[in-house]
Amino acid sequence: MEFALSEEQRLLQDSVRRFLEQNAPLDKVRLAAGDTHTVQRSLWAGASELGIPGMLIPEDFGGMGLGFLDAAIVYEMIGRHVAPLPFLGTAVMAPLALMLAGSEAQQEKWLPKIAAGEIVAGVAVTEKIGIREDAGVKARKGTLTGKSLFVIDWAEADFYIVADSDHGLHLVLPDAKGLSRRALNTIDRTRSVGELVFDQVAAEPLPRSSADAVARMIDAGRVMLAADTLGAGQMMLEKAVAYAGERKQFGRVIGSFQAVKHLCAEMAAALEPSRSLVWYAAHALDEVPGDARLMACHAKSHLSEVGRFVARTATEVHGGMGFTDLLGLHYWFKRIGLDRQLLGGPELVRLEAARLQGWAA
Amino acid sequence: MDLAYGPKYEAFREEVRAFLTKHKDQAPKGLGAAGRPSPEACSWQQLLIQHGYAARTIPKDYGGYGAMPDILESRIIAEEFSAARVPAALQNQGISMLVPTLLELGTEEQKKKWVKPTLRGEVVWCQGYSEPGSGSDLASLQTKATEDGDDFVINGQKIWTSTAHEADMIFCLVRTEPDKPKHEGISYLIFSMKTPGIEVRPLTTMTGHAEFNEVFFTDVRVPKTQIVGQRGQGWLVANATLKYERGMLGDPAAMETRFQALVDLMREETVDGQRAIDNPIFRDRLVRLQAELAAMKFNGLRQLTCASRGEDPGLARLIVKLQSCELTHQISALAIDVMGEFGVLYDDSPYLRSHGSWQWGYMFQLGLIIGGGTAQIQKNIISERGLGMPREPKLAK
Repeated sequence: MEFALSEEQRLLQDSVRRFLEQNAPLDKVRLAAGDTHTVQRSLWAGASELGIPGMLIPEDFGGMGLGFLDAAIVYEMIGRHVAPLPFLGTAVMAPLALMLAGSEAQQEKWLPKIAAGEIVAGVAVTEKIGIREDAGVKARKGTLTGKSLFVIDWAEADFYIVADSDHGLHLVLPDAKGLSRRALNTIDRTRSVGELVFDQVAAEPLPRSSADAVARMIDAGRVMLAADTLGAGQMMLEKAVAYAGERKQFGRVIGSFQAVKHLCAEMAAALEPSRSLVWYAAHALDEVPGDARLMACHAKSHLSEVGRFVARTATEVHGGMGFTDLLGLHYWFKRIGLDRQLLGGPELVRLEAARLQGWAA
Repeated sequence: MDLAYGPKYEAFREEVRAFLTKHKDQAPKGLGAAGRPSPEACSWQQLLIQHGYAARTIPKDYGGYGAMPDILESRIIAEEFSAARVPAALQNQGISMLVPTLLELGTEEQKKKWVKPTLRGEVVWCQGYSEPGSGSDLASLQTKATEDGDDFVINGQKIWTSTAHEADMIFCLVRTEPDKPKHEGISYLIFSMKTPGIEVRPLTTMTGHAEFNEVFFTDVRVPKTQIVGQRGQGWLVANATLKYERGMLGDPAAMETRFQALVDLMREETVDGQRAIDNPIFRDRLVRLQAELAAMKFNGLRQLTCASRGEDPGLARLIVKLQSCELTHQISALAIDVMGEFGVLYDDSPYLRSHGSWQWGYMFQLGLIIGGGTAQIQKNIISERGLGMPREPKLAK
């Protein structure tokens, strides 16, 4: 019985932390916010030396063959540094789609390239959770028609995994005829999302596609987003505590006022159990299949609520400075903001959790 | 991460199950109120001690079972008793707070005299700490103990003394050195509640019940030998005890039981023929609480692992009292809200649900948020000890 990270996991997390401290400092993040692609490419190449892009990919395909808990603690570190990395789509959801539903040929063709950090893979599954603006993709005779919004790791993707309206998964190349793409500019400029519009676009189906495969991609994506929020929220708390320990008003550091201390205590009290929930939800994806979907819902919705509270509270502790661009605190605020809405906001995810337990039709 | 217990512990689990199968018919019915255990509860407790399912790690010389501390074994015992719905070892302030304090700081004579009958449920204790003027600032307490020959003579008042009306004994903080700084003038005394000069008055709370008492001391004579630790060191002795009190709060299994009762309630209660659980707003609140509960449960497992390795879980431990009391309160609040007007029925009203226990709980749990270190004191502890933030500038000495 051991509810803790292993020694290897702690080392992994430390090495990712050190890498990001050195290679993704705030000025790099600022640069990325203006020009995501260049920074992302060079940083992703660096991350591949640590094995990050291929961490979930089996060793036979050049990956590290690690588990979701490993991926979650890495994405926690990426969130901590608001690093502009295409982790969610490229390192988690797209490889998972290929592993669960792809043919051997597809796996052999794409997984080693992902693992080497050579390519970016976008993921279009938003409409499996909710349809807005008449989006949705219909598959017919080897082509796709329709549109998908909020495609994850949209920019510079070398291929997309696209879910159709009938539990099919497809692989689409960015230069395919009939495919048009529009960036969707969110508040979070450290990760790209966009729109794909399909007009009879030739697509390669993943032959073992199933509703379960799509659902498992979404489960994993949700746990990762929760981990990202955990890391970003933890950093915001640490920044708030540090700022409150330096900033003086009325002749005292503001961190000695209970009004300020208690805000920090509330953030810590919300974050600390969340960490345990994220660990378990990630662990369950690999080891406790019966619990995995519900716990992914809980992790996603709970971290969304905790993240929102921490993001606004940590900003408030920074006072006027938190509101300016000078400290860059808003990058964390915005990152948490996008995490909350992607792959289903908390109310929607809780409805799904209720359905899983027979509490809702 | 490895959530399996492994063969050694699974074998132990089988032992516990075998015990339960064989003896569960001897268990007292119902959990029994806090206070004086019934004769059935006492003999059950003695059976549990004999088999190592109560007082497990207390040395045999003092009436315990004498096992080496093993946090996973303790957890398995708790899990199996809970699963079998059989009352587990007695829990009261004597067992949870006084016994560990005596074992750590008491004299050999005190240990020999008090630990065993306390463990067996034969001696019931109450705690004399808080005073009307000394709540969060406990060290400012004013109950005086003046030296007179071989005795201390005690005058003053305590409050929030649960079970005082049934207790045989009290462990009590008194001021023996009025001229010293407040933390250095306190002593920790143990004495009989039958000592002349003690008056216990029930303290009725907002629930309408007297879950607590006030205790008044008028020239109460206590032999000087009944001090625990050194004279003037009572604050340190009390802190050893408070450490054990915090461990008593925030049991995720108890919260899970309440949550399950809430789910059952929401399946039964209807408005306009619609079940509460089918109301999207109530249902959303329910799932939200379920996620928080899951987080607290896994936080508990994480602490358990830390404890089994002898590591301090740090923040994961410091936040438990604050978060658990709040979550428990919110579970009760949702139960009341789904019942609507029926949620505020009380006493012996017609249409009363669950004997009014949700409303009682909602009020009583507010007391728990305040008691044992208020939410605000908890936030001071979390920010100062957990986050390393500056302490309040000290005013009073």
